[in-house]
Amino acid sequence: MKSAVIVFPASNCDRDAAVALEQMTGRKPHMVWHQECDLPDVDLVVLPGGFSYGDYLRSGAMAGQSAVMRAVKAHAKKGGAVLGICNGFQVLTESHLLPGALMRNAGLKFVCRPVTMAVEETQNVFTRKYLHGQQVTFPVAHGDGNYFADEETLNRLEGEGRVVFRYAPGQNPNGSSRDIAGILSEKRNVLGLMPHPERVVDPLLGGTDGRGLFESLIETLS
Amino acid sequence: MTEITPELVAEHGLTGEEYGRIKRLLNREPSFVELGIFSVMWSEHCSYKSTRIHLRKLPTKAPWVIQGPGENAGVIDIGDGDACIFKMESHNHPSFIEPYQGAATGVGGIMRDVFTMGARPIAMMNALRFGEPSHPKTRHLVSGVVSGIGGYGNCMGVPTVGGEVNFHKSYNGNILVNAMCVGLARTDNIFLSAAKGAGNPVVYIGSKTGRDGIHGATMASAEFSEDSEEKRPTVQVGDPFTEKLLLEACLELMATDAIIAIQDMGAAGLTSSSAEMADKGGSGIELDLDKVPQREAGMTAYDMMLSESQERMLAVLKPGREAQAEAIFKKWELDFAVIGITTDTRRLVVKHKGEIVADMPVTALSDAAPLYERPFSKRPPATGTPSFDASRPVMASLKKILAAPDMCSRRWVWQQYDYTVMADTVQMPGGDAAVVRVHHSNKGLAITTDVTPRYCKADPYEGAKQAVAEAWRNITAVGAMPLALTDNLNFGNPQKPEIMGEIVSGIDGIGEACRALDFPVIGGNCSLYNETNGEGIPPTPAIGGVGLMADLHRMATIAFKREGDAIILVGDTKGHLGQSIYLREVEGREEGRCPPVDLAAEKRNGDFVRRLIEAGRVDTVHDLSDGGVLVAVAEMALAGNIGADIGVAGTAHSIPFFFGEDQGRYLLTASPVEADRIEGELRHAGIVHAIIGKTIAEKVLRVEREGETSLSTLRAAHEGWFPSYMSGEEIPPTN
Repeated sequence: MKSAVIVFPASNCDRDAAVALEQMTGRKPHMVWHQECDLPDVDLVVLPGGFSYGDYLRSGAMAGQSAVMRAVKAHAKKGGAVLGICNGFQVLTESHLLPGALMRNAGLKFVCRPVTMAVEETQNVFTRKYLHGQQVTFPVAHGDGNYFADEETLNRLEGEGRVVFRYAPGQNPNGSSRDIAGILSEKRNVLGLMPHPERVVDPLLGGTDGRGLFESLIETLS
Repeated sequence: MTEITPELVAEHGLTGEEYGRIKRLLNREPSFVELGIFSVMWSEHCSYKSTRIHLRKLPTKAPWVIQGPGENAGVIDIGDGDACIFKMESHNHPSFIEPYQGAATGVGGIMRDVFTMGARPIAMMNALRFGEPSHPKTRHLVSGVVSGIGGYGNCMGVPTVGGEVNFHKSYNGNILVNAMCVGLARTDNIFLSAAKGAGNPVVYIGSKTGRDGIHGATMASAEFSEDSEEKRPTVQVGDPFTEKLLLEACLELMATDAIIAIQDMGAAGLTSSSAEMADKGGSGIELDLDKVPQREAGMTAYDMMLSESQERMLAVLKPGREAQAEAIFKKWELDFAVIGITTDTRRLVVKHKGEIVADMPVTALSDAAPLYERPFSKRPPATGTPSFDASRPVMASLKKILAAPDMCSRRWVWQQYDYTVMADTVQMPGGDAAVVRVHHSNKGLAITTDVTPRYCKADPYEGAKQAVAEAWRNITAVGAMPLALTDNLNFGNPQKPEIMGEIVSGIDGIGEACRALDFPVIGGNCSLYNETNGEGIPPTPAIGGVGLMADLHRMATIAFKREGDAIILVGDTKGHLGQSIYLREVEGREEGRCPPVDLAAEKRNGDFVRRLIEAGRVDTVHDLSDGGVLVAVAEMALAGNIGADIGVAGTAHSIPFFFGEDQGRYLLTASPVEADRIEGELRHAGIVHAIIGKTIAEKVLRVEREGETSLSTLRAAHEGWFPSYMSGEEIPPTN
C-alpha cells in the first residue's frame, strides 16, 4: 500500500502517522507539504492531527482551503481512500468531504484520555479486519471534537451504515451527537474520526487496538 | 533625549549605587536606551547577582555531562550518539497577573531554550503551586494556568507527561509556575550560543517584534504589591502556531552547517540574546534596529531592545549562508532578517535611524554586572516530634488524605494535556516518573519534578536535600538510572537576610544530595522576589530530574498487577510524623521536624530496587513520599484495581507506621517465592525491610485491626475533589 501524509503548518501528528504507516506497511509514506497542488500516486491519503495554521479560525477551516486539499478532493472523487484523524477529521468536514461539523467539546476543555468505542461498521476499507461490534480503545486528544449534524443528516448517516465508530455508553468525551466518533463518506472511501488509531499500534504504548485499521487498509489497498 | 533622573533609575529597578557603577563603566551618563539595557541585564532574573556566588558550589560535572549550567539548557550523553537536553524555568510573576498567557509563554520559552540547542522537544513537565483552594483567586488561576500550559504544549505537539500541583495559603499572593522541557539531539549536532568570530551576519528569525513584554525581566525581579494588576502589559502573549513553525524551521536549518551560534530571545529579548552571544563568543555585535521586523510603526530603539515578544531567535551564520537560511524561513513563512554583524570590538553597538543609540562594552553587561554577597541569617530549623491522637480510625484518615487537595488525583489537570502525542509516551501522568521512549530505540527517559515545600519551610537545608532525593527516588522507582537535574529555585526577597539564609541553605542542601547521589545539576533558573506585600513564599527549590532506562521492557509502574503477590516495604520506617501530610490534613497542624534524609541509605536502597527492576524480577514499585505507606498502598491498588490485605508488621502504633514520611523507602510486589529471595538479599545487603501484606482478589483495602474500605469508595474520594472543586460544587477545606 502506498500512502501519503499531508503536512499543514502546525500539523503535529504527521510523524506519528508516518511512523505507524511505516511500521504497519513496511513502506515510508510520502510527506506532502500543504502548498503542493498534486499528490504522488498513492492508495491512501492521511490528514493527520494537529493544529493546522494554528486553528485560530474554526479548527480545520484554513486547511480546508489549502492548495493540497484540491488534490485530496480529486483523489477522493476518484474513489481513493482518505483517512482524517482528529484535526484531519475537522479538515474533512470543513472541506465538505464529510458532512457535519466538529464543535468545541461540550466540557469546554481540551480532553486527552483513552476512550472505548464500538466498531459499528466493517463493510469498508478501513475497518474490515475488526469484528462487527468489537470494542476498541484509542486515545483522544482534542478541544473541538463535538460532532454535530442536523437530524436529517444524522439519520441518513445511521441509515446508510456510515457511523463506523461510536463511543461506548458513558465514554463520549466531547458531547458528540449520538456518541459519534467516526464517520464515512457516502462512497465509503473517506473516514474521519477524532480518536487516534496511530497512537495504539505499539504494545509498549499501552495497546494495539489501532492496528486493525491499518491492517484493513493494507488488505484492501495493497 | 530623555533625561536620566534618579526617579527614572529607580523605576528601572536599579539602585543608586548600581547607577554609579554604570557611569563608571561607560565613563559617562548612559543614554535612555542604555539605561534600559543595563536594567534588564543587571536584573536578578538575568544576572543572578544574588545567587551566583552560591550557585558555584553546586556539583555540575559527571562523565556523562556534555554541557552544564551557563548555556540555554544542559546536555547529557545518553549513549548511541544521543543527547538529552533539558531545563526548567519559572514564569511565576506573569502567570499570577495573567494565568493563561503567563503559563503558555512559560512553556514556549522553555521549549525555545531546548530547541535552540538543536534538540527536538519530546516531553514537558511542570511544577505548579497555588494558593489555598478557598482563596477567591485560586480557581481562576488553576483554570488559566492549566489551560495555558495545555494550549501551548498541545499545539506544539509535545506531550506534557506529568508534574506536580500543590495548594497552600502561603502561595495566595504569589503562585509558582515552573515548566520543564526535555529534548533529544545528536551529540555531534549541538548548538551553542557563543558568537565567535568577526564579520559574521547576525540574523533575526521568527515573529515580528512588538511592544509586549517590555521590562518583563525587571518585573520578575521585584516584589508584588496590590497594584500588580497594572503590570499586565508586561506579560507577553504566546503564539504556539508560530513557535511550531519556528521549531521546524530551526531544526531544518540546524541540519545544515550554516549556524555558528544561536540563542532564543527570552527574557530581555534582543538585548540579552545579543549581549550574551557576544559575551560567550568573545566578540562584539553591531545591530541595526531599522532592519528588525516590527509589528507596528513608530517603535523606539528602547521598545525594540526591551521587547519580550515571543517566538523569536537570534542566530549568527557563517558568512554567505544567508540565502540558504532565508529560503528555509520563507518556506515556513517566518520573518528572517539580517540585522547586524559580529565585530572584534567586544562592544554592543545599537543603531537606529542612522544614529548610535547604545554603545557599551559587552563585559559591562556580564562580568562587570553587580555580584552580591548578600548578608544572610539562617533561622533554626523546626524541631520536635508532634503528638497525635492515637484513637483516630486509620481507614477514615486514609480516605480523608486521599481526598485532600494536595493528595487527590490530578486527572482533571493532566487530561487537559496531550500526553500521548509523538507516540512515545510509555508511562503517562499518575506514576512516580513519566517515561518517554527515545524515538526509534528501546531505551527511555524517566522524568520527574519534585519538591516538598512544607519540609523546606521547616528546614530549608533538609527540605532541599529531600527534593533532590525524591526526584532521584522517583526515577529509580520506574527502573531508570538518575543522570542529572535542573533546579528551579523559587524564593522570596534575597535582600532580607532570613530569605537569603533560606537560599544559601537550599543550595547547600541540593549540593550535598547531588554529590551523594552522583546526580549533577546541569542547568536551572532562580526566581527570587516571590513576595506579595512583603510576605514571601516558603522556599520552593523545585527539582526536575532525568534518568535513563536502558530497556523499556524492564520497567516498573505503581499499579498492582497480580493477586497473591507479597508487598515488600524497603527502607527503615521510624514513623516520622513531623511535617507530614497526616499531621496537616488529619490533625490540622504543620509542625515538627521534617523527615531527615539519610543519603547513604537512600542510595543503597534505591540501587537495590533498581537492580531488581533491571533484572526483570520486579515490575511493580512505588516510592514512598507524601502520605506514607498506606497512601502508597491505596494508590497502587487504585491504579491496578486490585485489592490488598495489610498487616501492621509488629509496630506499636499503626498511625506513625502507616502515615509517617520516613525517606528512602519503596513499596514493591513480588510472588511469594520471589519475595522470599528478595528478603534474603535485603537482609544480606543490610537494608531494613518488611513484608507488610499481599495483594488480593477482592476489590478492597483491608488493614489488620482497622477494617476495610472498598476500592470504589477510595477511588471516589481520590478522584472526586479536583473536578468538583473546579466546577465550584464544593466549599473546599483550607490547609
